[in-house]
Amino acid sequence: MPSSLPGSISLMNSNLDDLYRDIVMDHYKSPRGRNDIQNADIVNEGKNPVCGDEIEVSMKVDGGRVDDISVQCMGCAISVASGSMLAETIKGKSVDEVKKIARAVKAILKGEKPPDDIELGDLEALEGVKKFPVRIKCALLSWSTLIDGLEAWENRQPVEVTTTE
Amino acid sequence: MKQDRTIEAILGDRKTLDAAFDPEKIIQDFPILERRIGSKRLVYLDNAATTQKPQSVIKALENYYRKTNANVHRGLHTLAEEATAVFEESRKKIADFIGGVKTEEIIYTGNATEAINLVAHSWGRRNIKKGDRIVLTEMEHHANLVPWIVLARETGAELKYIPIDDEGLLDLADLDKIISPNTKIVAVTQMSNVLGTINPVDEITRIAHDKGSLVLVDGAQSAPHLPVNVKMLDADFFVFSAHKMLGPTGIGVLFGKESILNDMEPFLYGGEMINEVRYDYADWASLPWKFEAGTPNIAGAIGFSPALDYLNEIGMDKVRQHEMELTSYALNKLSELDHIKIFGPGNIEYRGGAISFIDDSIHPHDLATFLDSHGIAIRAGHHCAQPLMKRLGVVATARASLYIYNTRTDIDSLIDALIAARKYFTHEQ
Repeated sequence: MPSSLPGSISLMNSNLDDLYRDIVMDHYKSPRGRNDIQNADIVNEGKNPVCGDEIEVSMKVDGGRVDDISVQCMGCAISVASGSMLAETIKGKSVDEVKKIARAVKAILKGEKPPDDIELGDLEALEGVKKFPVRIKCALLSWSTLIDGLEAWENRQPVEVTTTE
Repeated sequence: MKQDRTIEAILGDRKTLDAAFDPEKIIQDFPILERRIGSKRLVYLDNAATTQKPQSVIKALENYYRKTNANVHRGLHTLAEEATAVFEESRKKIADFIGGVKTEEIIYTGNATEAINLVAHSWGRRNIKKGDRIVLTEMEHHANLVPWIVLARETGAELKYIPIDDEGLLDLADLDKIISPNTKIVAVTQMSNVLGTINPVDEITRIAHDKGSLVLVDGAQSAPHLPVNVKMLDADFFVFSAHKMLGPTGIGVLFGKESILNDMEPFLYGGEMINEVRYDYADWASLPWKFEAGTPNIAGAIGFSPALDYLNEIGMDKVRQHEMELTSYALNKLSELDHIKIFGPGNIEYRGGAISFIDDSIHPHDLATFLDSHGIAIRAGHHCAQPLMKRLGVVATARASLYIYNTRTDIDSLIDALIAARKYFTHEQ
């Protein structure tokens, strides 16, 4: 587990630990939601070609609720952890709740205050990313891929590959 | 090992090299190297992206703005004459630096990318037609790729690539076929910004010329690190950029053979590049000004001059020797780490100091962020070579790239931090 050194010499390291918080590293090292979903209702792909990050979000939706979700992500620690948290958080939530949570995640990544009525849980750990502007797109990729997929499905439109670059 | 023998051969008179080349003394000339990143000493290993500037270059820029700032070529006052004189002296220095070519053959551009665009546009659109072939290599930077892709798309010409082998060297077995009789231009990098590979440009040029093709050499990575003589290479075009060789940003160079430049149309039209203009007529100034429309980057050109002085004083052969020695040290140290895979040739005779590598379980961006927290600046990503990344089977690499002020201590810091990163990001202890 990452640990910061005591005293002033750890100035940069403590900053680093703010990005790679323990919860983030736990999701990165043991990502959730890697299960395969048969007959998914929604499958959407996301790519950040500059980083090389690639993600696939699949969902089964029943009665306006996300019954099952799988997130397959190849990328950096931040994008993998964000995708893993996404899978863990939104399983069982209604489509409306999912959209609210995604908006809240975008808010904390921008350094804005998320709405009070949203339980973010582990997702709060993504807050440290905002101090590393080039990494925000890594944290966003899974969420934007999810929302693009959901909206295309709701509007019965074909979905294009998502990117946050 | 072949590599070790090479090093021994180069450093046979090690004492002479040490006496003439002292990185510790060089470091003193670069104010930025005193900087700390957080609490850590700055270890700057991103020289293939841009190099740091010595005091003399910073001073020249300041002097120009403080004492001689004026537009060039058209003023009849003292400042304008002084600025023009220094601006043109820089051109002469550049011409000498790449092998003593004519100043008419040295065109100032914004950077190497603009220089290639100039050729692809002005020469390409007049000389490339449907059915012609443009030959590139699989290791080109986007700068030497995209202008040709667009030219081929617009003209219906065909693109053909010289492949690389698994070590990252050009595979020249089929060169004679790849450079076909309908090939009009071969555009090749002299040194890869990703693999560090130094390409046998002279050999490629000889074959290309036999087939009646021109050759453009991308020297953005080679001119800063190798002795370059474009006459010996017999290159028709040679491009490079000042900021990768101690100079300011925003100033690049196109060398072109005089006869070819004379036959080309200008790239940009406007002030400075004309001879005579009437309401319904314009003709062009002579070389090199025909290709320099608008107010140029005067400060940049002037600041490039002390950068070249600095390199000349060290001697480009010494620069190369230092980097071979340090690259060899770095490659040996890196190869001791089981989790690190290095790309590019192992034999330092065929490579420069741009070293791409990956950790088998840490994404290059995480690695770069981690190294930064140790004060170490490297580059991570596709290095403007997406097709090459695909060819290598990776999405991105980390890249450490060396220059004259780097030392073995810098490499040791890198290695220590790579080991620490492993502990940080994986379960290994």
